[in-house]
Amino acid sequence: MSELLQFLISGITVGAIYAAIALGFTLIYNASGVVNFAQGEFVVIGGMTAAALIGAGVPVWIAAPLAVIAGMLVGVLLYRLAIRPAGQAPLVSLIIITIGASIFLRGAMQAVFDKQIHRYDGFSGDAPLRVGGATILPQSLWIIGGSVAVFAFLAWFLNRTRAGRGIRATASNRMAAALVGINTGRAMNLSFALSAAIGALAGVLATPVTFTSYDVGVLMALKGFSATMLGGVGSPLGALAGGLLIGLIEALTAGYISSDYKDASAFIVILLVLFLRPQGLFGARIMERV
Amino acid sequence: MRRQAVAAGVSALAILAAAPAIAEIRIGASLAVTGPAAFLGDPEAKTLEMLVEELNANGGINGEEVELIVYDDGADPNKARTFATRLIEEDEVVAVIGGSSTGATMAMAPLFADYEIPFISLAGAVVIVDPVQEFVFKTPHTDRMACEKIFADITARGLSKVGLISGTDGFGASMREQCLDVAEGSGVEIVADESYGATDSDMTPQLTNIAATDGIEAIVNPGFGQGPAVVTRNYAQLGLELPFYQSHGVASDAFLDLAGEAAEGLRLPATPLLIPDQLAEDDPQRQPVQDYIAAYEEKYGEKPSTFGGYAYDAFHLLVDAIERAGSTDPVDIRDALEATEGHAGVTGVYSFTPEDHMGLDLSAFRILEVADGGWKPVEE
Repeated sequence: MSELLQFLISGITVGAIYAAIALGFTLIYNASGVVNFAQGEFVVIGGMTAAALIGAGVPVWIAAPLAVIAGMLVGVLLYRLAIRPAGQAPLVSLIIITIGASIFLRGAMQAVFDKQIHRYDGFSGDAPLRVGGATILPQSLWIIGGSVAVFAFLAWFLNRTRAGRGIRATASNRMAAALVGINTGRAMNLSFALSAAIGALAGVLATPVTFTSYDVGVLMALKGFSATMLGGVGSPLGALAGGLLIGLIEALTAGYISSDYKDASAFIVILLVLFLRPQGLFGARIMERV
Repeated sequence: MRRQAVAAGVSALAILAAAPAIAEIRIGASLAVTGPAAFLGDPEAKTLEMLVEELNANGGINGEEVELIVYDDGADPNKARTFATRLIEEDEVVAVIGGSSTGATMAMAPLFADYEIPFISLAGAVVIVDPVQEFVFKTPHTDRMACEKIFADITARGLSKVGLISGTDGFGASMREQCLDVAEGSGVEIVADESYGATDSDMTPQLTNIAATDGIEAIVNPGFGQGPAVVTRNYAQLGLELPFYQSHGVASDAFLDLAGEAAEGLRLPATPLLIPDQLAEDDPQRQPVQDYIAAYEEKYGEKPSTFGGYAYDAFHLLVDAIERAGSTDPVDIRDALEATEGHAGVTGVYSFTPEDHMGLDLSAFRILEVADGGWKPVEE
């Protein structure tokens, strides 16, 4: 029984990290239809910046917000310097630009930071808490809380605020949105800034548990993207559910079947879901009218 | 001052690499200075550059200056093979050091038999020297020896039932196979065999299963990079108290930083590089280990790694062989290299024979225990 609990705790912790990354994908997709493959790099920028600052003696409650702001700035620069100049280029070109940006950022981080693996202490210490025979790290609670908070913020922002609705309108039809008076450029800018901030936040929260180094972004992005696909592209609820589900499947497979099949079983579930429900678990059915 | 020295060294190297040689003895190297295996190639290249400078400042080999030509193969076997060909045909080197990775090494190896040039690899796998190839040598110990050393320590503690938790990366997978292979002969029984992806962030499910295995007495974690640090933290998180072993793959101070207090009490096989001040006065490795660390810290301002140590030993073995051969003919150098006997390096004491081109035995590994955030040798 305590074993099951341990597996669940492990799955939810890892799943919450995936979910936080997936939520970052969701926002840019919502604004532009672009799947931003540099999302993993935002996670690394968050983690590496925080690690560098904390290593230099900055207290964590200053370092963490600074790292998130650093990520946000890089997000804005990515949009201004790489996406906006491409203008009305087709979606595929924009997605390829994000892949290029991710390679560039990875190279830049080797130069700005270093090639070592980094971590810092958990926000509330590293002494595990005992829960009914299983153990959980206090940092896991931070990660889970952070993911849920980001989800709640996004759900509120996209549906209840003017700026959020503007972002969704921009994605749906940029010209129509501009015609009704929405500043689509600002909507795009905002979505890249927020999305990068969410990615960096995920990195800042996860680094005490997962560690970070300049090259982990690709894998982070892969897992986060899988979670996005599983939950339904563009749906914050889907991103949260998708992330947690993948984390749980991995942990339970590793626990009860074999750790060798951990990744495979997650991908089999994703394939099955996409086969039966191509829009993902919570995705809206998209109709393209010609 | 130090920065100037480094800059001077780097520019000198750039000139050396570009201009045709004035030096008499040319030694080549193809290393993974950048790319995924840069953590291997970077300290290796730095070590070789430092040693060549030092050697020439002291009059070279038998009065002849040595030139080092380093190419960066990025651990890509195709590039490594191209560079090896270039080193042999265009640069006309008398010997080649390198192949930071097993893949690069195996891609280059056949060339050296064709051209009859001695080659000292810095990569780990057993296949490099088993079967023995006439012109191929290597300095690192093998993962098979690491398993034997760990198992010897486990049986010495009166334990036998072992659980493995291995990374699925090249290093972890290879060492896991070797451990399974030598387990029976070493008197231990593998009762649990779990794995994890090299970048996974939580291994508590696997550890929970191992801890729940009947009769389990010790846990061994063959792995490399961040995985073992995560496993170590998870081990502490679960409050496990079984004897816990890591591999030589994480024998570095960087691992202690990542794993933190969770690492207290774990053991691993390592080279004496980690315990320079705790080596006995009469230990043959004491002198080379302390020399290497002092020189490296002086020049680069950081601690040398185990991998740099492999390059240190390769270079000294080669210089020693050229001196003894009294000739710069590659075949004479090879013969002298194979006749190396009792050469104390930082990794171990080397004695090559026609049947053994690695030249180390289990005594090259020391079992270390983490105590108070540092390394402590375990009395054997």
